Amino acid sequence: MAQHKINYLSEGGLPVALTTVDKLVQWGRSNSLWPMTYGLACCAIEMMATGGSRYDFDRFGTIFRASPRQSDVLIIAGTLTKKHSPFMRRLYDQMSEPKWVISMGSCANTGGMFNTYATVQGADRIIPVDIYLPGCAPRPESLQYALMLLQKKIRKEPASRKLKPKRLV
Amino acid sequence: MRKYIDKKNTQKKAYYNDRFYKAPQIPKEEVDSDEVFAKDVESLRSKFNIKETYIQRGQLVVYIEPKDIVKVITFLRDELAYNFLSELSAIDWLAKSGEFEIFYQMLSTSKRKRMRVKYFIKEKQEIQSVMGIYKSADWAEREMYDMFGVKITGHHYMKRILMPDDWHDHPLRKTYPLHGDEEAQWYEIDKIFGKEYRDIIGPEERDSAKIVEKDTHNFARIKHEVPFGAEYSEEPVDTDYQEEDGILIVRKLSKKDVKILKERP
Repeated sequence: MAQHKINYLSEGGLPVALTTVDKLVQWGRSNSLWPMTYGLACCAIEMMATGGSRYDFDRFGTIFRASPRQSDVLIIAGTLTKKHSPFMRRLYDQMSEPKWVISMGSCANTGGMFNTYATVQGADRIIPVDIYLPGCAPRPESLQYALMLLQKKIRKEPASRKLKPKRLV
Repeated sequence: MRKYIDKKNTQKKAYYNDRFYKAPQIPKEEVDSDEVFAKDVESLRSKFNIKETYIQRGQLVVYIEPKDIVKVITFLRDELAYNFLSELSAIDWLAKSGEFEIFYQMLSTSKRKRMRVKYFIKEKQEIQSVMGIYKSADWAEREMYDMFGVKITGHHYMKRILMPDDWHDHPLRKTYPLHGDEEAQWYEIDKIFGKEYRDIIGPEERDSAKIVEKDTHNFARIKHEVPFGAEYSEEPVDTDYQEEDGILIVRKLSKKDVKILKERP
């Protein structure tokens, strides 16, 4: 005889929740996004501020990792120069699937004010980007919002390994 | 009244196109007007072939022969107490006379004077390194080679300093386009994916003012965001960080339930 009557189908009906495997897996993934500690220019300062105690990325389960092998998210934080582009692409290739990319700031999005010979005109020329974050440099709140939108995007994706091939891959 | 000028594409137009315009020159003074510099030039003249000397903004400018450079810099350091080489680089006069002008900016901390040693070389003429006299010339000479393509003999590590080693051409020459030549524009594509990928990725978008509202491959219009490559939709959508019905365990924060406090409780 059950002491408490459980309404399995209502929203707050813990300890039992009904869902699909896809949703459960992606819910787990979206709440433990580990970005790579990799800063290119001044946007990296804002990225560090977001990781710090005031904005506190940790409460999203987002912990900066020092290795591409352990990270899921690549935040391209700053100006991507042509000299640096092969290294950036190599780091992206070294990350294991599934992986996502946030292009942070005007320079990474389009080359920004560096409309010159030495700057890659948009990081999406070499790496497929999931979220474009405008700003020069974006405030930590913006990066936080971009991460939350990325979480939403991940929740919509199927958990299967047969992901749709992204551009450039 | 000033003549009306169309403001469209102002960046592409020459800023000043007065036919009779003459660029302002910084006035030059005679060397005799400064005692210290007059003495320095006198002792330089006794040893080397000096072409031209004048004072500009309180700094001595001396034109010498290219072959004398190492001796002149050594003489300036040992005899005339110019103990600091602040900067050296080149000026591109290739279009005007097919020459580079090389300058060495010197400082004397004991005399509190600055002077500039200059000379002209032809485009492919090699110059001697002064790295053995001043260590600060090391990176400056490498930068000069990187940016202008001036060859330097006697340098211990003559490689590019800023651009990648396989870069084509020298970017600070007047003939080098700001947006780069063909090799520069495709540099990252050629290097990472190979030349056959050029067609797939396409040329760089260099027009910073270009906006294509219905393009869903590059940018989403605000309030009209759709997934990458999907059909553009006229219906405005409100992008939110969370689904309407909330997610597992987490309840969505409704904007109606938000209270703004006027003061701290």
